[in-house]
Amino acid sequence: MRMLQYIQAINEALHEEMARDASVFVIGEDVDQNGGVFKTTQGLVERFGARRVRGTPISESAFAGLATGAAMSGLRPVVEFMYFDFVSVAMDPLVNQMAKIAGMSGGQLQVPVTVRAQTGARTREAAQHSQSLEAWFLHTPGFKVVMPATSYDAKGLLKSAIRDNGPVLYIENRLLYHETESVPDGEWTTPLGVAEVVREGRDITVVAIGYARKLALAAAQALEGTASVEVIDPRSLAPLDLATILSSVSKTGRLVVVHDAPASCGFGAEIVRRVVAQGFDLLDAEPLVVGSAHVPMPFSPPLEDACLPSTASLTAAIHKIINR
Amino acid sequence: MPAKFWNGQKAIWETTSIDGLKTMEPDLVIQMYRSMLTIRLFEEKAKQLYQSGEIAGAIHLSIGQEAVAVGVCSALRLDDAVFSTHRGHGHLIAKGGHLPAMMAELMGRQTGCSHGCGGSMHMFEPQVGFMGGNGIVGGGLTLALGAAFAAQYRGLDGIAVVFFGDGAAQQGTFHEALNLAALWKLPYLAVCENNQYAATTPFAAAVPTADIAPRAAGYGIPGIVVDGNDCLAVYRAAAAAVERARAGDGPTLLECKTYRVEPHCGIIADRRPKEELERWGQPDRDPLEHLRREGGLSDSVISAVRHDVEAELETAVAFARGSPYPDPAAFLQEHANT
Ligand SMILES: Cc1ncc(C[n+]2csc(CCOP(=O)(O)OP(=O)(O)O)c2C)c(N)n1
Ligand SMILES: [Mg+2]
Repeated sequence: MRMLQYIQAINEALHEEMARDASVFVIGEDVDQNGGVFKTTQGLVERFGARRVRGTPISESAFAGLATGAAMSGLRPVVEFMYFDFVSVAMDPLVNQMAKIAGMSGGQLQVPVTVRAQTGARTREAAQHSQSLEAWFLHTPGFKVVMPATSYDAKGLLKSAIRDNGPVLYIENRLLYHETESVPDGEWTTPLGVAEVVREGRDITVVAIGYARKLALAAAQALEGTASVEVIDPRSLAPLDLATILSSVSKTGRLVVVHDAPASCGFGAEIVRRVVAQGFDLLDAEPLVVGSAHVPMPFSPPLEDACLPSTASLTAAIHKIINR
Repeated sequence: MPAKFWNGQKAIWETTSIDGLKTMEPDLVIQMYRSMLTIRLFEEKAKQLYQSGEIAGAIHLSIGQEAVAVGVCSALRLDDAVFSTHRGHGHLIAKGGHLPAMMAELMGRQTGCSHGCGGSMHMFEPQVGFMGGNGIVGGGLTLALGAAFAAQYRGLDGIAVVFFGDGAAQQGTFHEALNLAALWKLPYLAVCENNQYAATTPFAAAVPTADIAPRAAGYGIPGIVVDGNDCLAVYRAAAAAVERARAGDGPTLLECKTYRVEPHCGIIADRRPKEELERWGQPDRDPLEHLRREGGLSDSVISAVRHDVEAELETAVAFARGSPYPDPAAFLQEHANT
């Protein structure tokens, strides 16, 4: 075992996959400049050269389209979006092109692109640098979507994403970059579509993604003695391991989903839809979603805090369901 | 990729060299004529089948613009990549597309070149370097960067060509793509098919200048205007740009002035001035006529070619009609997941 930071996990996965496969290249803004803004690509250009580590002009549409065309031509691009929010200027190449070419061509072409997008809230960066837009891509046939919350999965999911033969959106969280945890020696991958039961419990199932996994564990801790909370991190949002969630709900009879994105029309709403459709009889209480307020994220610290899920708001939601 | 056209036809680069082409070998001219005539007759047939209801959806015809597709693609190798538009039948035919599979695709059959998943706007035939049509105006400009990048990355001398309309030149992707292609000296050829309209909007209502090509200067690359109804002129300009790209000297913007003879698409009324339509309908403006004259093609050659092409099309239509529709259950099984 050794200690590994989340950000190092990303960096190690990039190093290892580039060494493993000469068709893997990295493209994005500043990726060749001293590891980029968040230092995730540290050491790549020195090791693999400027041919495979391509810093670009500020042209998200161009490099997302380029990655698509390169993947259609047999390469395996890893595209970096400096902030998740910036996918909005590249929605045509991402949604109309990258996601659809395999389908539109009747399966003749594969588009093995990994799109890395960095997200996070609680950093006082306001409405255009705080969004969790995973639902846009979950709603787009053709994308797989993963969201690592630990160093282990940051590395394991990135490796699986790069090796996958279709577009995978890999959402990393800047608040987790400097979290450190103990990981095994040697190589591992985290398979797409397999959830992790992070903590076992009897009374309620909390499905938590990304940063919210920390909130869920903190709430479970806080409720110790009052309620026994099971925490599930799906890790991969599409494909989704619904079976693990259903089997947990069959035990607890109660469900709360928590994430940073707004609750309306989000991933949590989708989990609730599926659980109701396939496990209605398992539920002893109405399922809930705890997400951010439906507002453009405000800057002022007390405002931002009030708009986001917290350990306290999650604990309150759990209380409400338990005491029904 | 197999270095062969689907029908066993010899590829242009096998029959002659770039130098030889400067003197325009008779074989090449016949091949170009044949390719243009195939586009013309294929689309006339498609129009008829569309009107009779055998083809559904929307089809955009390139009748009158054949010289652009054929002039450019005649300068390419099979392994060069072409990214096309919503008006792309001609590009695929010129690149060596398989007519029966194209016709079957228009009719939504399993044997179609996209197995019935694409239709007129999304034909794919990667075996001949045809990397797809595109329903998004301006969408191909950035995709083609990737194929050019892949060739450069692997140290190969393949190139990527993107066709786009005069309307697409006003998309942001035009700027982003040309800037990046020029910056990285990608083997990239941007071919603007200026047919003077974007749907029903005339060129002058969308663009403040007379031409698109001079914008190339802003990226430090050559920008060339050529008569897009003169197949040999298009060919010469494209061949020079291709040579430049293969040599590692970077991209070129080639603007081909042409005219769309048919309405924008099957479902939109045509309100263009009658005199304009008549003017462009004259034989001296017709790209096939132009090549016939300039290439000195005899009547007997022309009628032999026409005879061949008509027979090929008949086969294609019969093949499409005889092909099954895709099976919905099998389709969902293969493609739908959550
Ligand atoms: C992004 C986008 N906007 C609008 C349309 C609708 N549309 C389809 S073709 C077309 C005109 C395109 O004009 P041009 O690029 O000149 O190509 P042409 O049709 O003349 O070949 C329009 C507006 C579209 N398909 N995609
Ligand atoms: Mg036009």
